[in-house]
Amino acid sequence: MTLSNTPFNPLDRPAINPLFLFRWEEQEQAYLLLYPEGIIKLNDSAGNILNLCDGERTMESIIAELKVLFGADDIDGDIYNFMEVARGKGWIKAED
Amino acid sequence: MAKAGSKLKIDGNGKPLWLVLELTYRCPLKCPWCNNPLDFDELKNELTTEEWKKVLRDARAIGSLQLGFSGGEPMLRPDLEELVDEGNRLGYYTNLITSGMGLSKDRLSELKRCGLKQIQLSLQHSNREKNDIMVGVQSHDEKMAVIEEIKAQGFPVVLNVPLSRYNIEAVDDIIDMAARTGVEYIEFANIQYYNWALLNRAALLPTREQIEYAEARVNEARKRLGNKPTIYFVVPDYFDGRPKACMNGWGAIHLTIAPDGSALPCQEAQVMEGVDFPNVRDNDLGWIWRESPAFEMYRGDAWMKKPCVDCDEKEKDFGGCRCQAYLLTGDATNTDPACSKSRHFDIIQSAVAAARITSGPQMPLVMRSRGAINGKMRLIRP
Ligand SMILES: C[S@@+](CC[C@H](N)C(=O)[O-])C[C@H]1O[C@@H](n2cnc3c(N)ncnc32)[C@H](O)[C@@H]1O
Ligand code: SF4
Ligand code: SF4
Repeated sequence: MTLSNTPFNPLDRPAINPLFLFRWEEQEQAYLLLYPEGIIKLNDSAGNILNLCDGERTMESIIAELKVLFGADDIDGDIYNFMEVARGKGWIKAED
Repeated sequence: MAKAGSKLKIDGNGKPLWLVLELTYRCPLKCPWCNNPLDFDELKNELTTEEWKKVLRDARAIGSLQLGFSGGEPMLRPDLEELVDEGNRLGYYTNLITSGMGLSKDRLSELKRCGLKQIQLSLQHSNREKNDIMVGVQSHDEKMAVIEEIKAQGFPVVLNVPLSRYNIEAVDDIIDMAARTGVEYIEFANIQYYNWALLNRAALLPTREQIEYAEARVNEARKRLGNKPTIYFVVPDYFDGRPKACMNGWGAIHLTIAPDGSALPCQEAQVMEGVDFPNVRDNDLGWIWRESPAFEMYRGDAWMKKPCVDCDEKEKDFGGCRCQAYLLTGDATNTDPACSKSRHFDIIQSAVAAARITSGPQMPLVMRSRGAINGKMRLIRP
């Protein structure tokens, strides 16, 4: 992957890697990531986070929305960690 | 293609997650290792556009997610774009598996517009003359131009290089060419011996030394180039002592529809004589997948005999490939002879041993072409 290694910052706008297809699958009642060699069924929180990675929203606003959605306040660290893992797996990239 | 260790991150739960449509068996190339049926030219009644669309809808309804358009050469179908469009609209991840012949700039942009996600292009050699001899048709220049165009349109390039004795020495050159032109992925697909490949096996099967050479070159290139390109290479079953986990099991997650609408648990399944594969023209796809005798036949492990039935590896490889067991031992319920525990393992070992003595430039091959094969002789055998 040619993705940069600098950590995400609050103004980055994470977006799904265009090689992947991210969508809700009614039959699985889950968000899926489809890519050339496979299919990943995401758990609830991962699916809800990726659903906001549209290349428009900044990290700041994603975290603000998730706080409401998850009804939790102390999640900044977890979200940043998740984003790094997701980027490491090539699911998302940062646009600025 | 049957392949060890496809990265399935979702339990099939009994759904045909992977759908492959073989739109046609027609093809401008004549690859002598082609895994299409030997009697491909007897098939005249390809499904119509509307019939294929119905397959797409019905398969989505029973849970298919990954969609491959293959063949033959899928570019020969003028309705390919329309089918990709429909597949994309239905929510599939759409893949095109092509020789590149006929993949013009215009069609490529139309496919992109229709939502095609990825293209896998087959290439046989880095050397133009050798490539064209291998497939029996001038095609190398066109394939190289297609690589450029795929890149230009923003698709990643996935090369499929079917490996045999005839191109294994070119592994380095192919990797260098790929690195130079910015190809993202190379899959060195060790040829699997069904149909035309089995017919030509004595001429195609590499020696163990060649397999080791190729693997070493791939490992060296991975060190040198990192993942530019990413290189896939899996030691083939003939040299591994264990069979491949073919299709993740019969009727588990994979569904192929042949050009005439026959529904198959794997592209090679038609080699099994006497199995009545249901057709989407006559039967409901849900019934075909869930209940038809052909799909139930080797599902799970009720069909297994010794040694598989008592083996602690049966969850890993499902006893190997039913088609290979049938083709090489005459009985599909036998252990795949690629397994060292099979009492037919000598069949594989002797083929591997023979690869050393039969290697040489004087071996003729039968090219995949109309009328090359007489498949009816067995019918008049006394
Ligand atoms: C049968 S072809 C059909 C699509 C198209 N004509 C092409 O060549 O890509 C599908 C893929 O299978 C590969 N292939 C063909 N025969 C094979 C064999 N016996 N073992 C392994 N791969 C094979 C080809 O290289 C190609 O990537
Ligand atoms: S493998 Fe070769 S002959 Fe077979 S369908 Fe593909 S291009 Fe045609
Ligand atoms: S005996 Fe059967 S289940 Fe065991 S490793 Fe061999 S093929 Fe697989």
